[in-house]
Amino acid sequence: MSTAGLLSPGLLAAATIPDALTFAIAAVICVAGALGVVVMRNPVHSALSLVMTLFGIAVLFVEQDADFLAAVQVIVYTGAIVVLFLFVIMLLGVDRKEKVMSDTFKGQRVFAGLLGLMVLAEVILLARSRWTTGASSASGPLQTSSSNVATLGKALFTTYLIPFEVTSALLVVAVVGAVVLARRPSSPAGTTYDAEPDSVGSSEAPVPHDSMDETTTGPVESDSVESDPIAGDDTLEVSIR
Amino acid sequence: MTVHASWYLTLAAVLFTIGAVGLLVRRNVLVMFMCVELMLNAANLTFVTFARELNDIGGQVAVFFVLVVAAAEVVVGLGIIVAIFRRKVGATADDAHILKG
Repeated sequence: MSTAGLLSPGLLAAATIPDALTFAIAAVICVAGALGVVVMRNPVHSALSLVMTLFGIAVLFVEQDADFLAAVQVIVYTGAIVVLFLFVIMLLGVDRKEKVMSDTFKGQRVFAGLLGLMVLAEVILLARSRWTTGASSASGPLQTSSSNVATLGKALFTTYLIPFEVTSALLVVAVVGAVVLARRPSSPAGTTYDAEPDSVGSSEAPVPHDSMDETTTGPVESDSVESDPIAGDDTLEVSIR
Repeated sequence: MTVHASWYLTLAAVLFTIGAVGLLVRRNVLVMFMCVELMLNAANLTFVTFARELNDIGGQVAVFFVLVVAAAEVVVGLGIIVAIFRRKVGATADDAHILKG
């Protein structure tokens, strides 16, 4: 596909008016939501902006004959994943503005911006260049007489049956991993939310003896951490090390 | 006639870049995680675009698997985040150095 001047307005005009309008509106929604995710200070607002982007992408899926994936996008992403994000935000009580906005090392923002520009230029260059080589895959054509769901299901349960079964194993592993991670430490001292040195010390590598002393004399410090979390950051750091 | 595929690819590139820059710029672990989701969705859009352009259902199957992996990743990642926040309230990405032994 020779692609000189692919992004000229003529190509957008070549599409029918409803298609072009749908794409334009969905694209604006997507980009606005994506910018919102990055710019918003409150994580709840970021999550809601993410929903906006995901809906826009679902519209673009419908526009490109991916009906089933559009439905799954709405149900799984906005219905499950973002709600999971919101649950965690509420559970942890981090729905406040980010207080540390200073760079850890100098010029991180500038560096990130430069890197982003490079990635953008590179990917757009790729999007405009020659796309495909070789034969098409063995999974069959997209445009058939049957519906999109039927075509996708047939490919999934014939050509891609083994990967499909492997994903079930992946999901089981993920569920077990989440339960293990989220479980409270079973030691009686580990019922509080602060950094209790004993509850982690058992599984840690051996630490130098003097810092061990610091952690074992820790209860007074961890009390101050509980009462004043912001001022207690330094003492918490010390007791963790 | 639908919109030309290069427009979709460009939009996906923009979304991916926004996600990547957000991942580098933000400090909040949850927002960084959302930026990862943004990048995954940009890749999904590319897959669907090529599926239409090449008339090949394989692209849509790939999106299906990306969705499954993204769901698993979110579950485990949020579990890790909850575990970190349990240790240190108001943690940022810089506080993840407590992971070292």
